[in-house]
Amino acid sequence: MRITVDADLCVGAGQCVLSAPGVFDQDEDGLVRVLHSRPVPEDADAVRLAGELCPAHTITVHED
Amino acid sequence: MTRPTTEPEAVPFPLRIPGEPFPPPRYEEYRRREGLVLTHMPNGGRVWLVTRHAEVRAVLTSKKVSANPDREGFPHISDTMGVPRQEQIPGWFVGLDSPEHDRFRKALIPEFTVRRVRGMRPSIERVVDGLIDSMLAAGDSADLVADLALPVPSLVISSLLGVPPVDRGFFESRTRTLVTIRNSTEQQRDTAAKELLRYLNRLIGIKVSWPGDDLISRLLATGAISTQELTGVLMLLLIAGHETTANNISLGVVTLLLNPEWIGDRRAVEETLRFHSVADLVSLRVAVEDVEIGGRLIRAGEGIIPLVAAANHDQEAFSCPHAFDPGRTERHHVAFGYGVHQCLGQNLVRAEMEIVYQRLFERIPALRLAVPVEELPLKYDGVLCGLHELPVRWDRPATAP
Repeated sequence: MRITVDADLCVGAGQCVLSAPGVFDQDEDGLVRVLHSRPVPEDADAVRLAGELCPAHTITVHED
Repeated sequence: MTRPTTEPEAVPFPLRIPGEPFPPPRYEEYRRREGLVLTHMPNGGRVWLVTRHAEVRAVLTSKKVSANPDREGFPHISDTMGVPRQEQIPGWFVGLDSPEHDRFRKALIPEFTVRRVRGMRPSIERVVDGLIDSMLAAGDSADLVADLALPVPSLVISSLLGVPPVDRGFFESRTRTLVTIRNSTEQQRDTAAKELLRYLNRLIGIKVSWPGDDLISRLLATGAISTQELTGVLMLLLIAGHETTANNISLGVVTLLLNPEWIGDRRAVEETLRFHSVADLVSLRVAVEDVEIGGRLIRAGEGIIPLVAAANHDQEAFSCPHAFDPGRTERHHVAFGYGVHQCLGQNLVRAEMEIVYQRLFERIPALRLAVPVEELPLKYDGVLCGLHELPVRWDRPATAP
């Protein structure tokens, strides 16, 4: 599994940080920051949830 | 995909009828209809109702759809159903589309991050505890709307904006007039809005000369928003975060009293948001290009109302949607909207709700409704669902001081 983000699209809702706090954070501008672009399998469901909840389609989760 | 071409028969507006539960039972029938549901606004304009979860999300992320109330065909709710129209105020960015919208949103995001809201928790706890202290000191009954649910967001936002303690009474009374519909006339709300705008202007002036550790001072320091725009931004934060939060608090308390097995479970916050979906009529839109939604072609210039309460009770998206079940695994409700306008203060709302639920039931475990649940006055006369009053009682401990 691999995560890519387009931080330009981020609207800072913070849903990713709430869903997968070990994988996503917000930088000083409040925009998404990916801590682990290849998350461990234990985080896979939380990462999918983060992708699903992101209101601005900032996060793309690649299942490869 | 089938595309209905004949004009469907329009359903009546307003969608909520006094005496009916919320969300309206008719939403279920609307979701089952082919295509979209047509209604007419009080001013006569044709509007499409979007009721299915996937389609509500599609509308709220479509680039062919605008949130700008000045656009031809935008579905305006009647003047008697909401706060006075603020759309002409610079900085009212909820009515702007990208890219104009993004400058305001980006400037404000740092104020509402998960980490920043976590830092506000001790001060929210103090606010909530102080209000519960006052309730307990006053006797063995209260109106949880007036005594807790409305003052919590009011005191939290005034602390965030750096409203001086001496001005809190003025600030709170005008805010309350502005956001509560039942006990004020349109003229009173208009006056309160003007007085608040004047006050916010003066407050900004003070922060320009004497910056403090508050949202206004920090925004002024970034320079991203002009002082004139800042007035509108603050008014928007004030209104957007107020009655919405209060309604979630009061309806959530009632639901927990009816489902006491969930008291103390933090997941009740997220489920309250979905289950009650108080901001059903907030995200209004107009098509700016022809766009296909729900198998129907919506023409440019036609109004669209994505009903978030209908989406949040769509059984395609949520199993047993009419059950209050904080243990459910589906978390993708649209109670805060969706897309670039999704509620900026959502994490602050969650914190306020969580702290109220926790402190209230911890400190007053004998809390109960003072009237039968069917007699609670549900709001039918505004854009938001909620309670006008929530009378509660409790038994004083025998050893009370």
